[in-house]
Amino acid sequence: MLKKQHKILIILFILTIISCLLFLFWGITRNNYGYNIPRRINKIIAFIITGSAIGYSTIVFQTVTHNRILTPSIIGLDSIYMFVQTLIVFFLGTGSLVMVSGSINFLVSLVFMLGFSVIVFYIVFNGKKDKLFVTMLAGVVFGSLFGSFSTFMQVVIDPNDFLIVQDKMFASFNNVNVSILKITMLILFLSLVYGYKNCDKLDIMALGRDISLNLGIAYDSVIRKFMILICIMTAVSTALVGPITFLGILTANISRQILKTYKHSIMITGAILLSIISIAFGQFIVERILTFRTTINVIINFIGGIYFIYLLIKEGRL
Amino acid sequence: MIELLNINKKYDDKDVLKNINLSLPKGKIISLIGANGAGKSTLLSIISRLTTSEGEIIIDDKNIDNYHITELSKKISILRQSNYLNIKLTVRELISFGRYPHSKSRLNEKDNKIIDESISYMNLDYLKNKYIDELSGGEKQRALIAMILAQDSDYIFLDEPLNNLDMKHSVSIMKLLRKIVKEKSKTVILVVHDINFASCYSDYIVALKNTGVLYAGDAEKIITKEKLKNIFDMDFEIEDIDGNKICIYYT
Ligand SMILES: Nc1ncnc2c1ncn2[C@@H]1O[C@H](COP(=O)(O)OP(=O)(O)O)[C@@H](O)[C@H]1O
Ligand SMILES: [Mg+2]
Repeated sequence: MLKKQHKILIILFILTIISCLLFLFWGITRNNYGYNIPRRINKIIAFIITGSAIGYSTIVFQTVTHNRILTPSIIGLDSIYMFVQTLIVFFLGTGSLVMVSGSINFLVSLVFMLGFSVIVFYIVFNGKKDKLFVTMLAGVVFGSLFGSFSTFMQVVIDPNDFLIVQDKMFASFNNVNVSILKITMLILFLSLVYGYKNCDKLDIMALGRDISLNLGIAYDSVIRKFMILICIMTAVSTALVGPITFLGILTANISRQILKTYKHSIMITGAILLSIISIAFGQFIVERILTFRTTINVIINFIGGIYFIYLLIKEGRL
Repeated sequence: MIELLNINKKYDDKDVLKNINLSLPKGKIISLIGANGAGKSTLLSIISRLTTSEGEIIIDDKNIDNYHITELSKKISILRQSNYLNIKLTVRELISFGRYPHSKSRLNEKDNKIIDESISYMNLDYLKNKYIDELSGGEKQRALIAMILAQDSDYIFLDEPLNNLDMKHSVSIMKLLRKIVKEKSKTVILVVHDINFASCYSDYIVALKNTGVLYAGDAEKIITKEKLKNIFDMDFEIEDIDGNKICIYYT
């Protein structure tokens, strides 16, 4: 039983290595490797960070909400991120150093996104029973509120500035911000360590509040901790490459489907590996095959969209 | 012993339980009876801290609020009336969750022994590798009871455990509960709708009506024509068959 799942994970791991190596070495010649290899390695690190954040947070989010077609993007962190980006350009203009110097931008975005999640989860959710859906609704409402603010500012600013902002609306691995790579790696690593240590609670929490409490899991406060963890991961990966959570719906569900297990440690590992494979392979196609004629975002949304419709039809039939 | 002091519970503005003072003796099978909506489920979930309420709950001389949640889950366990079981989980895996309070997910030999024992108590050997979302209602119920048994707590609360069960399994579960109460000195508190199960198997009966405790006492003192009429507002005949009081109420 377990053996089969471990085999699948090993295969996924090998595929992950292959897709990363493919990305790393395709088109490398003696003349350009000194320039290309370090840049590509940085990108691969970004793939791993983003893939891990997406894989972990989507699976956990789906388990605590008992819903397979949701992703953490519903909390509205993407909109907060865009709001911050627009705000910076609005007040300081594109020439502003802040937009260019990634570390400050990263820090400001992170503070805003985390501040937002803390407000939503501590004030609205408050660890109370049955409040989770109200909380998410609050996320949706605030998300669209900030979305409207952003749109308003985008209409007012100089069209050239707008182009810069527009660039931030979509996930992109083309200009990975090297200066923040180390700190994001550290934050993500610590979150994952904590996240994996508490994985077995999720196995039981999938059975609902009553059974969890009966077995000695403080359901509501554990959910809040997981939510904060999800927000940290989502915020970090969004600040690094932009909004990309939609990918999670694809990888989380495929992971559940092929691994067929209740064990979150296995399910999450599967989702993380699948996310890294999709990003690495997608970016490979974008950069090497299509030579930047499209963005990875388009590919993800195209495939993700088709899969989402498939999920809706399938779940609707149940 | 479990003591309830001045328990009050409202949903919105409606009183569901008012001023409940009750002590539940240790080492017995205790049946909780009463009409639909009398507050039996609510009372069970208050005692097991699934629902908040006013008042104090004292378990073995210690206030429930002073128990750590893990400690409490070794003291009391509860199976509620309805459960969400829509995940890919085999019967044995579900039952092994019962050991979580003791060993988290690192099961040792003793845990596995207890799990296997619970499986055979509930006659689930032939189903143990099946997924729970492929079971019938009664089979699910038995798997959940087995999980609660594996939890091995001192007090076991069961809300309508005989739901969905055929007569044979109902009888065998009641017999099993008798046995664990006797041999392992557990205390079992359960909601039953079939008055004859309450009459034949319980030592102690608590009857709820109109937001309060109407009667609480030894089973033979509660199972009388007059008291049953007061509890359920209908007429009963009571026959003595082999020393068991059988209540007849169909006609
Ligand atoms: N979550 C709830 N919200 C509002 N009212 C409830 C809730 N749960 C139970 N009630 C009400 O409380 C009363 C007692 O319910 P319950 O304890 O389930 O009764 P029993 O188990 O004895 O049939 C009923 O009138 C029911 O409508
Ligand atoms: Mg009930």
